[in-house]
Amino acid sequence: MCGIAGLHLRDAALQPQLGSLLQTMLCQAAERGTDAAGVGLYGDPSLNPAGRATVCVIESPLAAAEAVAGVERALGQPVQGRASGQTTVFTAAVDPALLETAVRTALPGAVVTSRGENLAVLKGTGHPDDLATTFRLADAGGYQGVAHTRMATESAVTSTGSHPYSVGPDQCMVHNGSFANHATIRRELMAEGIEFDSQNDTEVGARFVAKQLAEGADVEKALRLLCERFDGFYTLLVATENSFAVVRDAIACKPAVVAETDQWVAMASEYRYLTGLPGVENARIFEPEPEVVYAWER
Amino acid sequence: MTDEFASRGLRESATFDRTTIAAIQHAARTGIYDIRGGGAKRKLPHFDDLVFLGASMSRYPLEGYRERCDTDVVLGARNARFPLHLSTPVTIAGMSFGALSGRAKEALGRGASEVGTSTTTGDGGMTDEERGHSKHLVYQYLPSRYGMNPDHLRAADAIEIVLGQGAKPGGGGMLLGQKITERVAGMRTLPVGVDQRSACRHPDWTGPDDLAIKIGEIREITDWEKPIYVKVGASRPYYDVKLAVKAGADVVVVDGMQGGTAATQDVFIEHVGIPTLAAIPEAVRALQEMGVHREVQLVVSGGIRNGADLAKCMALGADAVAIGTAALIALGDNDPALDAQYREIGSAAGFYDDWQAGRDPAGITTQDPELQKNFDPEVGGRKLANFLRVMTMEAQIIARACGKAHLQHLEPEDLVALSIEAAAMAKLPLAGTSWIPGQAL
Amino acid sequence: MGTLTEDVVQETVTEVDLSASSVRDLNAALHAEPEGSTAGYRVVHPEGKHSLAVGLNRPVTVTIDGHVGYYAAGMNQLATVEIDGNAGVGVAENMMSGTVLVHGDASQAAGATAHGGLLVVDGNAAARCGISMKGVDIVVGGNVGHMSGFMAQAGRLVVCGDAGDALGDSIYEARIYVKGTVKSLGADCVAKEMRPEHLDELTRLLEAAGRDDDPAAFTRYGSARTLYNFHVDNASAY
Repeated sequence: MCGIAGLHLRDAALQPQLGSLLQTMLCQAAERGTDAAGVGLYGDPSLNPAGRATVCVIESPLAAAEAVAGVERALGQPVQGRASGQTTVFTAAVDPALLETAVRTALPGAVVTSRGENLAVLKGTGHPDDLATTFRLADAGGYQGVAHTRMATESAVTSTGSHPYSVGPDQCMVHNGSFANHATIRRELMAEGIEFDSQNDTEVGARFVAKQLAEGADVEKALRLLCERFDGFYTLLVATENSFAVVRDAIACKPAVVAETDQWVAMASEYRYLTGLPGVENARIFEPEPEVVYAWER
Repeated sequence: MTDEFASRGLRESATFDRTTIAAIQHAARTGIYDIRGGGAKRKLPHFDDLVFLGASMSRYPLEGYRERCDTDVVLGARNARFPLHLSTPVTIAGMSFGALSGRAKEALGRGASEVGTSTTTGDGGMTDEERGHSKHLVYQYLPSRYGMNPDHLRAADAIEIVLGQGAKPGGGGMLLGQKITERVAGMRTLPVGVDQRSACRHPDWTGPDDLAIKIGEIREITDWEKPIYVKVGASRPYYDVKLAVKAGADVVVVDGMQGGTAATQDVFIEHVGIPTLAAIPEAVRALQEMGVHREVQLVVSGGIRNGADLAKCMALGADAVAIGTAALIALGDNDPALDAQYREIGSAAGFYDDWQAGRDPAGITTQDPELQKNFDPEVGGRKLANFLRVMTMEAQIIARACGKAHLQHLEPEDLVALSIEAAAMAKLPLAGTSWIPGQAL
Repeated sequence: MGTLTEDVVQETVTEVDLSASSVRDLNAALHAEPEGSTAGYRVVHPEGKHSLAVGLNRPVTVTIDGHVGYYAAGMNQLATVEIDGNAGVGVAENMMSGTVLVHGDASQAAGATAHGGLLVVDGNAAARCGISMKGVDIVVGGNVGHMSGFMAQAGRLVVCGDAGDALGDSIYEARIYVKGTVKSLGADCVAKEMRPEHLDELTRLLEAAGRDDDPAAFTRYGSARTLYNFHVDNASAY
């Protein structure tokens, strides 16, 4: 059970402020959960330098400097890295899949939390306010971001249980609610050879969507299929390299509000997370309808 | 009976026994499932499967009637300006006016107040009888919000947000047409005589994150004066207790599947939820992991019958218990003196469980003005007070024998289990061994 | 006399700035008003905060300048609360009396379980508007979401726009008036004849809400009363 926030910028002039705007939203969301928090940032110049792949991990067995050296050895290419609290971020001028393989080789036991060319996922356990500082969120830029604060329901309070879940390239999901049949779907996906990093129900949703996207569905179709297959209560915010989408279950008990201006689209569990956004007083504000997929493309 | 059949060479099936056959025949005849009260009737691992280790040589007992063994408890001091101070940790569970007669509610208030403990409203709101006769009254905040009134919220001594009941975790309330009399209908804003259907979820919040906001609202309305309890039916107590605490509860009430005063479908009562015994250690573990055991109090209910059960709950880590069925019996429910009347309505003293039907000859679970005349609230209140005193003294006898100066000083190490099932559920050693099932020796 | 009263009211308007004061301060001040108080309050910078002006039981007037969070004006008695913005979940939940005006949209469960008073939402109300309502009057200028009027027991729900799925499911004795379309009716909810007393009632409600919609353009919905007592042939509707 959780708080969700997301911001999709239309006005490039706001990109340097993405992190600080998202930080305000994240900290407002803290009251819905103080066990853990995370953000997914798209297009931050230092986390996602142009022409480089970015891979993020948590639970790295090595300190950042040693980890970078290890990944470099495994990749045979120069690697840059930085620690952002419990997350370690690696970038290299290679294909993301190659970097991911090198990270997995060099850091057995670490959990890869994102891979791609546009996305970095920073997450961990602790109070969202403190985590925002370790993420250096206020300094981040980019073209879109999602944020999540977690009140753990059934799975443990661990960094792997934190959101966002990014299981496909440049994909990212945050969730408020709880799925009622995730164990069965997890078993089905595992039978197809899909591996899981956590016991969290949201990861099942993220892996389900990633599978649909990999099989050629667009985000809208993937989320419609999710609505057909999953029981339970959910508000989901799903981002990819070029889209930003929201969907709620048929009963739509878990809150969601969307605000839209010419400069940005924002989504939040509660309106108050949005009060710091420029021009919010003139935004078009609405609540997503049940089982309707709302998607915005870049 | 059995002998007669056996002598004729007839053998009853363990799978299709006569009760099962009767249930199938009833469903086929009427098209409706059986609804009843009384809680789970099947044999469950229960407190009888635990015994105390009295003191002898390695520990010293306290002298009965001489040396102190206190029983008081404070509930809800975590956030509330006015927590409840009770003289005994046996409280009266939530039962509605509507399910119970006004006189029965009055008697509960009289009995509880006499011994310095609390009573609880139920679905349908607060009555004057109840408020007037209850020194400590807990006001339930339920999904239906029947009779929900902010004046009553302010008049209460504590507020209990009910998510579920042990008899039916995940199910809504139920009151059949026979009991929706003019007064009950008026209090609940329903047409007289309808079958009341009530919701299983609260109408304006779902889940712990929204519950935190709801608790915030109730605290604001009552100016942070009153303790806020959260009651859950026992199913996943480890998670539910943690979430209740995260949402801001001052007291968590965990109601096991033997909880009996909620009328619902027999299939629900017998097949959903976990036994009270199994729920307590998980609830306590949740509180301990969060570092709030004894700071957020745990009230346990569901099948609590005597001082031994009370002492066992306390030893397992509860701060208080709540009784429902036992309280009704103390008032006079299922009294052998009424056997003939029970038989007239197809039951017998000791078996009557159609508390939802409104035909109770004891005048307790009814709205019928004639039947209510059978019940004297002063006599009933006195009997309840006697019973509450006996329960408390029984628990003190055990606690003293274990060398404890307060009921709350009882601990799991004072107990052992008589069955492997109970040992596994209560996480206690099997008697005479140091073996706790599931744990390394 | 009228002018004098107005002057008096204006003199007693207290401004509470929630960027400087807490929600607790606001509610404590409102609860401390003496019986019969008609004091006026103006709340600025609400910024979506929860539980604003809850549990009021004096005939005070509170205007809130902006969007509010969950449970604004919850359990209201006697007071008039005017929200110049959108309202979050459960605005005026369990209201007993008084008036709550929302000049923007309302989130889900607006007027949930409310026993009395008048709730007016100028914009749209989301899902479960008037759920388990017990006597309140609700007038929504725009649309209402799915499951509105679920288990509605008493009172009137007026929808000047369209209604979503499962309108009035398991409704008891509440009356629902809808001007636009109804996506689907819930179990046991049916369209009913608009008799003169209903037109009168609706006219008064629209007037009270300050609206000029034509009462004749509305359809009345209510309970078919087939679920009032269990019958095996209706089992699938439960």
